Amino acid sequence: MLSFIGRSIVQKIITLFFVSIVSFLIIHLAPGKPSQVDPMNPKFTPEVVERFRKEFHLDKPLHVQYLYFYQDFFSGKTVSWKDNQSVLKKIWERFLNSLPLFIVGTIITWTLSFPIGIRSAIFRGRLYDRSATFISYLLISIPGFFFAYILIIFVVTHFHVPVIGMETFGIGKTSMPHIFMDRIWHLLLPSVLGATGGIAVLSRYVRSQMLEVEGQDYIRTARAKGLPPEQVHYKHALRNALLPFVTMFGLILPGLIGGSVIIESIFSWPGMGRMAYEAILARDYPVILTVNFVSAVLVLIGTFISDILYLMVDPRIRL
Amino acid sequence: MMNIEEKTFNQDFQFQAPLAPKQTRLQAFWFLFKQNRLAIVGLFIFILFFCSALIGLFLTSGPEPIFDPALIRLQEKLRPPLAKPNLDSLRPEEVPTLDFYLMGTDDLGRDVFARMLQGAWVSLTVGFVAVGIAVLIGIFMGGIAGYFGQYHIKVDHILLTFILVSGAGLVAGKLIHFGALLLLLGLGHILYSILTKKRSREKAVSSWSAFLSKNAVSVDTLIMRIVDIMLCFPSFFLILTVVALLPASIYNIMIVIGLTSWMGTTRFVRAEFLSLREQDFVAAVKALGVSNFRIIFRHMMPNAVAPVLVSATIGIATAILTEAGLSFLGFGVPPPHATWGNILSDGKRFIFDAPWLTFIPGVAILIVVLSFNLFGEGLRDTLNPRLRERH
Repeated sequence: MLSFIGRSIVQKIITLFFVSIVSFLIIHLAPGKPSQVDPMNPKFTPEVVERFRKEFHLDKPLHVQYLYFYQDFFSGKTVSWKDNQSVLKKIWERFLNSLPLFIVGTIITWTLSFPIGIRSAIFRGRLYDRSATFISYLLISIPGFFFAYILIIFVVTHFHVPVIGMETFGIGKTSMPHIFMDRIWHLLLPSVLGATGGIAVLSRYVRSQMLEVEGQDYIRTARAKGLPPEQVHYKHALRNALLPFVTMFGLILPGLIGGSVIIESIFSWPGMGRMAYEAILARDYPVILTVNFVSAVLVLIGTFISDILYLMVDPRIRL
Repeated sequence: MMNIEEKTFNQDFQFQAPLAPKQTRLQAFWFLFKQNRLAIVGLFIFILFFCSALIGLFLTSGPEPIFDPALIRLQEKLRPPLAKPNLDSLRPEEVPTLDFYLMGTDDLGRDVFARMLQGAWVSLTVGFVAVGIAVLIGIFMGGIAGYFGQYHIKVDHILLTFILVSGAGLVAGKLIHFGALLLLLGLGHILYSILTKKRSREKAVSSWSAFLSKNAVSVDTLIMRIVDIMLCFPSFFLILTVVALLPASIYNIMIVIGLTSWMGTTRFVRAEFLSLREQDFVAAVKALGVSNFRIIFRHMMPNAVAPVLVSATIGIATAILTEAGLSFLGFGVPPPHATWGNILSDGKRFIFDAPWLTFIPGVAILIVVLSFNLFGEGLRDTLNPRLRERH
């Protein structure tokens, strides 16, 4: 166990090192330079551009830039080229904005997809199962931005509540419940949208796991000895079908930072995805690289956690 | 008497002789596939989409297209679907081909139907080319990892690659003399090792050359680590970054989507190859002395193609969605050319006045992506041998 942990940590650090190199190369070898973002701006005289290039070590060869960047990164001194603010602080602020979306979205996903998946496994081939299958394909296939506009039209015309942004602009001093409900309405649509794909995929997965377990011999035995169907389904089958899902807790971690660029820009939600999008538009390399690095770290931590959970939950696996 | 006996013997022999299966593989596949109604609908829509994209390409391109997607009629802007054009205000060449606007017009008075036809081809090619690139890379990497996985890369290989890459990098980075020296050194080493290949095996090895020929990492490990590295990148964010940095063009989008989505195929192919490699028929072909290339592509690949086909079909759906998302964010195909994503993105400003500008492309993307997903799932069910036995 300990040697497994040690080995995988070393492996993940090596992977991370290569990820940092690859992302650095992708960004710096792509055509176009940060100083060309706004060539019409009269403030960007050649002298100013030259000063910028010196300031941010852009005149040095690539490997020196790489070392400078990660030296700054690990000492926490990386600053955004756009507004000279600390990148980590910026990301942290945006992260706090994205967090409620992520939490509500995850809760919706996990609480809805299990009942749906289990029920369609029990009623396999019936109308409920077939319609659930079709709807989940529909949800996987619908482009997020199109669905977002359908929901916006629906909510705005039927409930007459504003939904864009984190809160209604200029809501100012009103009663607590009012502000609370306002926040809820603004939170609801983006998190539902973030959850749709997850619900569709996860409920299909729950269904197939349940079906596999229901076909086992011990379920037949449980039925044969006359247990009530609820007990067979929820006690004998479900517990065994749950096994792979424990490990999925680790895999939802990357969703923390990935966010959704498209949904956050539709709803003007000042979260991570939108910040990354703005950074790409402004060629703010430090921000792009940091977001990339942090999300790679989260992916690696997520797979690590899911490996460990799998080890703890499934006694058949010994490394 | 003798004659009759011989006849019965022949008949018996005929009965006992192994018969070829009554159905070919394709017939058996089609028999199972037919039973999945959703998948049939998916296939039907897919064929319909394919034909309309092809026809659309012919009708909307050329110097004088039948449906002109770029013709601007400002006096006819935001007309609803099926509206008759106001013939008094139009010049003869501006009158729409069908005599009415089948899907309305957008904010510049362009015919949405013509633009949708033009966009269908973009979605189709992006889906197929991107997935084609991904599948090719995936089969190549997965095939190598699965078939040659147990071979090891030696230390001198790594050193050589390092020397060559850094040489090329230095040449690109304007340090031409030093870089060329490194490149020459590397190439010289390759030539030297090819020339002395036979002798070096018999020679007694010194400690230095023993270090050089030490096994560093197996091919399989190397390729799977590369896959791990690629999986660390958040895919949409990576695609967005690269597409935003590169000049806007449809080919860049195809290539970038293809280069960032080959990891799944690699894993499938590798897993299939690992199990196929141990099977008797592969051992038999090896014993016959068939070349590696032929074993991989003629004997193993047809047996490993099922999961690749399924993931490719679903991959096309994902690629179409990704392209639409990129177009929506404004990084897609450059503006005068219509894609479903940018029709929707242009139309979103008029969502309450002209909802058809949002709904027509949105529903079109939904239906096409849905048909690919249903078709792919149908393929998965039909090709899965475990599920096949149940029927």
